[in-house]
Amino acid sequence: MMEMLKKKAAIIGGGPAGLSAAVKLYESGVKDIIILEREPRLGGILNQCIHDGFGLARFREALSGPEYAGRYIDKVHEYGIEYLTDCMVINLTGDKEITADTSKGLVHIKADAVILAMGCRERPRGAMSIPGDRPSGVFTAGVAQNYINIRNEAIGKNIVILGSGDIGLIMARRLTLEGAKVLGVYEIAKYPGGLPRNIEQCLNDYDIPLYLNTTVTRIKGRSRLESVVVSEVDENFNPVAGSEREIKCDTLILSVGLIPENEISLMAGVELDPRTQGPKIDAYGQSSVPGIFAVGNALKVYDLVDNVSVEAERIAEAVKAYLDGALSGAKAAVDLDRFIIPKPKYLPGKAESDTERQIVCIMCPNGCLMDVKHEGNKLISCEGYSCPRGLEYAGEEISAPRRNFASLVKVNGGELPLVSVRLTGVIPKEKIFEVESEIQKAETDAPVKRGQVIISNVLSLGVDVIATKDIQICRNFDKNSQEMK
Amino acid sequence: MYKNYDVIIIGSGVIGSSVARELSKYKLKTAVLEKMPDVCCGTSARNSGVLHAGFNNKPGSKMARFCVEGNAGFDKLAAELDIPFRRTGKLIVGFTPEDREKLEQLKEQGEKNGVPGLKIVDKAFIKSKLPYVEGEFAMWSGSTAILSPFEYTIALAENACMNGVDFFFGHEVTGISDNDGQYIITAGTEDFRAKYVINCAGLYSDKIARMLGTDEYTIYPCKGEYYIFDKKLGAKLPVPAYPVPNIKTGGLGIHLTPSVEGNVFVGPSNEYIDDTEDYATEKDVLEMLIRDGLKIFPYLTRDMFIRNFTGIRPKLVSKSEGGYHDFVIERREETPRAINLIGIESPGLTSAQPIAREVAGLLGEVCKLVPDPDFNPYRKGIVTFRDKTPEEQAKLIEENPDYGEIICRCETITKAEVLAAINNPLGVHTVTGIKYRCRTMMGRCQGGYCQMRVTDLIQQETGCKPEEVIYNRKGAYIFTGRVR
Repeated sequence: MMEMLKKKAAIIGGGPAGLSAAVKLYESGVKDIIILEREPRLGGILNQCIHDGFGLARFREALSGPEYAGRYIDKVHEYGIEYLTDCMVINLTGDKEITADTSKGLVHIKADAVILAMGCRERPRGAMSIPGDRPSGVFTAGVAQNYINIRNEAIGKNIVILGSGDIGLIMARRLTLEGAKVLGVYEIAKYPGGLPRNIEQCLNDYDIPLYLNTTVTRIKGRSRLESVVVSEVDENFNPVAGSEREIKCDTLILSVGLIPENEISLMAGVELDPRTQGPKIDAYGQSSVPGIFAVGNALKVYDLVDNVSVEAERIAEAVKAYLDGALSGAKAAVDLDRFIIPKPKYLPGKAESDTERQIVCIMCPNGCLMDVKHEGNKLISCEGYSCPRGLEYAGEEISAPRRNFASLVKVNGGELPLVSVRLTGVIPKEKIFEVESEIQKAETDAPVKRGQVIISNVLSLGVDVIATKDIQICRNFDKNSQEMK
Repeated sequence: MYKNYDVIIIGSGVIGSSVARELSKYKLKTAVLEKMPDVCCGTSARNSGVLHAGFNNKPGSKMARFCVEGNAGFDKLAAELDIPFRRTGKLIVGFTPEDREKLEQLKEQGEKNGVPGLKIVDKAFIKSKLPYVEGEFAMWSGSTAILSPFEYTIALAENACMNGVDFFFGHEVTGISDNDGQYIITAGTEDFRAKYVINCAGLYSDKIARMLGTDEYTIYPCKGEYYIFDKKLGAKLPVPAYPVPNIKTGGLGIHLTPSVEGNVFVGPSNEYIDDTEDYATEKDVLEMLIRDGLKIFPYLTRDMFIRNFTGIRPKLVSKSEGGYHDFVIERREETPRAINLIGIESPGLTSAQPIAREVAGLLGEVCKLVPDPDFNPYRKGIVTFRDKTPEEQAKLIEENPDYGEIICRCETITKAEVLAAINNPLGVHTVTGIKYRCRTMMGRCQGGYCQMRVTDLIQQETGCKPEEVIYNRKGAYIFTGRVR
């Protein structure tokens, strides 16, 4: 009979939700825990989310995805929390017995409590039934992001993006910085799906058009994608006859929704909530199976990782109460509707006159829409901001707009071919492409440490380009071919 | 320079592959020329995956005879080739007195054809087999089975290859001439020479027949679109459910079929087209499939969509004629060294083995066939992890740690299986080829998790550059190069 490992709590998934829950559990005194992660490293999807803007709520700092994950991974190491990587859970029973597949064999764990933190998956083309041919060149946004940011593989040159979810917007900017032409973002709804700040800093900054009430109604191309047909839609989302336009492109990126990943939950008999497609939970984050809790995007799709952490931490406290047999007396941990930021129903404005314009603040996810009056570079009045940073941003945006951005640097001899980087501070907006070009020329050797300076004082702009993740040396690196074996 | 063979087979669908395997039983030097980068890229891969019983076809026709024979011989063949296959039986459900009359006729026709185990059954029987399917009465066909059409074709081709048949992919035949008892065949950039040619070109069999000197036949391509539904629906549909067929349209009607892996297929439509390469799906047709499918299985919801696709039937009857034309399998007086197989539409998948035997028979009339004592009928498939007990899984990982790495989360496919698929005997490295061999990218996330891992492994195993990774056919590149 195979050996059964006993644990107080097992956390399935080592992304932001699982890490936050694990760290909090440990800090509250539950130390006999294990994190099971299917990827070779902890951090989950944040490893490929190299852009900044994470952590504003949780850490009061603008971090990139890998850095945000790094904060928690450091804690995991500091506390010595047990974790397994390259470890895919293949079964979970209602009795909280876990079977996981690893190259060292099957791992069997019996846990008193299980935290489901598997994240979510993207809706693919097939789920949407877009008619037409089935060429290569159609990618979901997350897959495109992974190919570019993790695997160093470029996916296309002339890009159409369907759906204005945040990942699609982020990819529009990323692809533009990498030299591709993003022809437009098409959104079937009346309003964009992503945060206003991302419309502003990912589309407007790069003059990428956003078309609302419009969707892709046909895919053409028998080998590689050759074009898409877009059509306007009526209020019932039905295409309007006669509004079709054919757009030549080689790549279509789909950013059309995320679905909580719950195949493992279903194995254990966990009931799902049709509203969220995640587990049905009580006020403590506990599913219909006692002792099985859910956090993060496996529970419901969040807009912001900060909220994932905050809520996962509260649920971790409830798990602690459950393990102490005191759940019924504990304070409620979660309200499914809380933290869902009401999406502002407006479009970021463009310049309206020489003296008046609308500005979307990009300093935090709230994305305040501000009405600004100015004379030349001088701010006369500003309305609509909700914190001093907004006012400051408006003043800067009128006089000398500045931005931070993320990119990638080639790594020689690393376990991964690229390291994600960002600037230590903002630079004049018009310098973005010049700095990007410097970054593209740079190379570094493994190992790379998070925070390591890759380019010091880039273009004498007073900021450094720093690595945002650790890259270990690859043991199988072949120096001659410069390729991973 | 010519590449010299005794026999050249044109086309590597299920028919070309089956003929290749059949001929590999004899001492013949045989090659298969295929224009696509893999076997099974057309009609053979894109269908309901049903091993038919043989009651739909006219008594006395080749279709009827080969279908019944093919069905009966499949247990042995599936065991030899190590492929998944399940005798589920099948229900054709009816509602009206006219339906009942047609079912009685079908049953009679089937019995004439020698189909075993046909009976007219009541609603209670339907509910005992398919509790979620509508219908007042039905015809039950006990011998109908389901199989994986691509695994079947691949297994035939691999077994043929093991037994000495050469496969040339990316070799589209562009010219054939007969010179002093030898055919010279131009394919791709190469010239082949063979005494005998067998035309198994499916949708293009009329064109190849013309190159071989016969302009008697015209293929009318006829599209059939399908939806694939989530495995979660599979438990509700363990047995194929068909409506009563409309004889005139020449299709079997929009039916519901479980796949061997538990997905549900809904389709196919019946659309005559002019363009043999048109695999597009159409909005109104997709909507029709759901509408019609819902009539007998009211569980087809959008959240269960996995994918949709189109297959094309190589029909020998035009839209105005309708119905079926029998298979053409002939060696003509004026071209005695050429065998044409034309119009091999449904039930071609079921009939592939008897058709191949028929071809061997026709070839034997002009060429002495000497059995090869070294012929090995057995081929081993890829050892799958997902259907093993935990004890067996542990043993697999111990023997090969790559079984301990899951590449596809939806279908629980391990690195060991993907590597086995990439290192297949036919040397196929397309992403779709890997998918057909080990089911990566077939699950509900459609490659959202595994496709990056599959493209990594293809590059690792073949040493190719990112821009050389091909999705399914020439020109279907995935990457434009490196980012840095």
